[in-house]
Amino acid sequence: MKLPRRLTMMGGVALAAGTTMPARAQLTIDMTRPSFEPVPIAIVDFKGDAVGAQMAGVIRNDLQNSGLFRVIPPGSYIQQNVDATAPPQFPSWRQVGAAGLVVGQVASSGGNIKVDFRLWDVVVGQQATGLSFTSQPSNWRRLAHIIADAIYKRVTGEEGYFDTRVAYVSESGPGNNRTKRIAIMDQDGANNRYITDGRTIALTPRFSPTLQEIVYMAYGENNTPPRVYLQNVDSGRRELLGNFPGMSFAPRFSPDGTKVVMSISADGNSDLYEMDVRGRQLRRLTNTPAIDTSPCYSNDGSQIVFNSDRGGAQQLYVMSAGGGGERRISFGEGRYATPVWSPRGDFIAFTKISSGGFGIGVMRPDGSGERMLSSGFLVEGPTWAPNGRVLMFFRGQPSGAGRAGAVTIHQVDITGRFERQVPTPTDASDPAWSPLIPQ
Amino acid sequence: MRMIKALTAIAAMVLIAACSSNSDQQQAAAATTTVTPGSVADFRQNVGDRVFFDTDMSTVNDQGRQTLNRQAEWLKKYSNYQVTIEGHCDERGTREYNLALGERRANAARQYLIGQGIPAARLKTISYGKERPDPVGSDEAAWARNRRAVSALQ
Repeated sequence: MKLPRRLTMMGGVALAAGTTMPARAQLTIDMTRPSFEPVPIAIVDFKGDAVGAQMAGVIRNDLQNSGLFRVIPPGSYIQQNVDATAPPQFPSWRQVGAAGLVVGQVASSGGNIKVDFRLWDVVVGQQATGLSFTSQPSNWRRLAHIIADAIYKRVTGEEGYFDTRVAYVSESGPGNNRTKRIAIMDQDGANNRYITDGRTIALTPRFSPTLQEIVYMAYGENNTPPRVYLQNVDSGRRELLGNFPGMSFAPRFSPDGTKVVMSISADGNSDLYEMDVRGRQLRRLTNTPAIDTSPCYSNDGSQIVFNSDRGGAQQLYVMSAGGGGERRISFGEGRYATPVWSPRGDFIAFTKISSGGFGIGVMRPDGSGERMLSSGFLVEGPTWAPNGRVLMFFRGQPSGAGRAGAVTIHQVDITGRFERQVPTPTDASDPAWSPLIPQ
Repeated sequence: MRMIKALTAIAAMVLIAACSSNSDQQQAAAATTTVTPGSVADFRQNVGDRVFFDTDMSTVNDQGRQTLNRQAEWLKKYSNYQVTIEGHCDERGTREYNLALGERRANAARQYLIGQGIPAARLKTISYGKERPDPVGSDEAAWARNRRAVSALQ
């Protein structure tokens, strides 16, 4: 239940070994190009401590799963015992086809571990980047993710997303009486833990920007209507945020964490409201006889995108964050739902329901440039990685003979490439990707 | 054009399903005399505890009105019961939207019962969206049965 404490890092110190060369074609990747070869990279087990091999494993897994790297299997490495500080034998690494080589060293330092790593550009025979970190030994997985993020950034020019978590709905039990509880795991599926106990259905978890809190919707005891809760992730302390006569649902934090936007139902009708988290003042944002739900703030907090059936079928609308100025942005064939604004502001991801089934797509905030990334019998609920280049969503298989179809979380990049299933201990739906964990 | 055709087909299926289940219920009621009048079993078997809706709709149809009329009659006779109307959806919508749609359906049934003279104070609503399918299944027949409002007695 308890998450690791905030990382205490006396680090991020650049390791200078000669000059850092400007980007070279072979160890860089331009993700905007329609096609490219993944960068071949070798990652040697870090020396100095048993955890070094595990750290290298986490880094290999992160980079391979991004689809942008091809990790060369360690069994094929020619040079053994690579010194973590001296230049490697570049010809032997060129021979195994590596464009990049990652080496590292772990040392004890007064109860902490000190980790140095270097990324060598094998093609030009120069150091590409290098950093040193000091932290508590229990943070080794986070350090590995932070190193993978540094490599990703050096090679792609984009911020990484590996040092992040995912909140989701863990599903188990029979199809007509599923247990649905909130869980949080690391982005790669490690450190899974449950946030709600599963006695009542809990859905739609969303992180605060600091990751200290989540908001979600849960049914009350004895089948009383669902309401929105705010829960501290470390302490488990939870407060009722949606304390209204009717159902409250579909909560989401503003980018600065000071507000939560949600739907509240009265007499069967759902409208959008914004609540100030500290003062608990409530402000009504929409007032229509239509279903207004699935609200999400723009990355700068100035606008809100949501879905509404005010025009007949479910479509996407944008309004100013205080309400007003509502305009429809989706005009394609079918119904549009669950809009999510990219953290970098350039796209809105959505679920689309058409006669052919369900799809996950992106469009620009003005509704132009619609592009589908994935499709299936049921795909739903996109969520963005903090760099705005990668998304997760969930995929459901048809049910049959009273059995619920499998539900799984998937990851795909913004071009629709590299879709892969994200491992979870149980069936899983409704992923919410966190921002980068504060260092 | 093709979409409209498909909709009619679904509507027709609902009607058939509802009809056949009603006659099943009547036959069952005729065959078994063990159901105590005024019991929950009596309500479920002889009155019908649920009404069905078209895709993405929350309007009570003719079949639904007949069921709700019977419910109202029965609830007036047995005035000790409170009712929670549970709104549900099929799985062909998104989770949050379906929570709102289920609430709309439950409210539509509630308003109809109030119109038939049941005091509002006896009628609560709750939406389960697509979270509690009955039956579990991924075909048109299962979806038609899942677009429902169920009157649960307390």
